[in-house]
Parts: sequence; C-alpha cells; structure tokens
Amino acid sequence: MAMQAAEIERLIKAALPDASVEIRDLAGDGDHYAATVISPAFRGKSRVQQHQIVYKALQGRMGGELHALALTTAAPQD
Amino acid sequence: MTDAQSVIDKAVKSNDVMLFMKGTPQFPQCGFSSQVVQILDYLGVPFESMNVLADADIRQGIKEYANWPTIPQLYIKGEFVGGCDIVREMFQSGELASHLTEAGIVCSQPAKAS
Repeated sequence: MAMQAAEIERLIKAALPDASVEIRDLAGDGDHYAATVISPAFRGKSRVQQHQIVYKALQGRMGGELHALALTTAAPQD
Repeated sequence: MTDAQSVIDKAVKSNDVMLFMKGTPQFPQCGFSSQVVQILDYLGVPFESMNVLADADIRQGIKEYANWPTIPQLYIKGEFVGGCDIVREMFQSGELASHLTEAGIVCSQPAKAS
C-alpha cells in the first residue's frame, strides 16, 4: 500500500484550496513522507486541530494506506 | 461505551501522563513511539504506557477516542497532547516541559534539548 506525493498534495489542496503544501519523500517507498502545510484555515487553531484538518483531508488514508506523514502546519505570517 | 473505550478512558483519566504506543518503553516497536519515549525519559517524566499492538480493539479504539489516526498518542492529565510530531515540536520549543510543569507534573531534567 503506498501513495504518491502528488496525490497527497491534491487531497490536501482539495480540502484547503488556499494552502501552500510542500511534500518531501523520506524513504522513497511511498509510505513515509514529510509535509509542510501553511493555510489561513489554521489561524487560531491548536496544533492538534490543525493536524486533524489535514488528516481529514486525506479521507482516512492516514495510518492505513499512508503509514507515516511527518506533519508541520502553520497559519501564514501576517 | 465499548470495552476498549472504557479501558482507554480509565487509563487516560487515572494516569497523569499516559502514552499509547507500539511496543513497550523498554522495547518500542516503532520509531515514532520510541521517539516519544526518549523525550519523556530525557525530561525525566514518570509515565504509564499501553502497548496497542497487544490488543487490536485498543489499537482501533484509541484512534476513535481522540479522532487521531496514528500511534503513538500522548495524554497529559486526561487531555490529548499529540502524536510524535507535535510532542517533538513542543519538546524542542520547551513548551512540553512548561505544559507538564503547569499541570503539576515534575520533570527532573532540563526543559529543552541543549
């Protein structure tokens, strides 16, 4: 089971159209990625809430099809 | 509430620091779980742990409990703090140590990675 970086980016952007998304492949196995997601939608939200928004965008693939996604999230600097 | 949910709820509420992980602190079976154990050990924080690999119902139940799809999961005073990414980020910024201190939990080591 694996995912392509472009698919991860597509899913996140579908849920967060105004987000900037950077995906790095950590292991080349389609299972271990790092992602940095910057979106105004995160403003005022805790880290847990921000990550939950991204996990929701991935529609249940997190922890299953996608084993590891090292997430960094933030709202854009004003 | 299912059996698994009540076991999880009891563990979360009766331990100041509760870590749901893959494996045990002595023998972690996942790099991410191992990282959180190392951080808690570095801070000298006493914690209780539960090996989700030992019980499939707990492994699935914990994901529903916190609406969080991955393991490990760290709870402090009954509140979900985060998985490996968030715990490491909080540790590196010193936020984890202050969060623990504010919760009345003694850390016997320095607050931040030097």
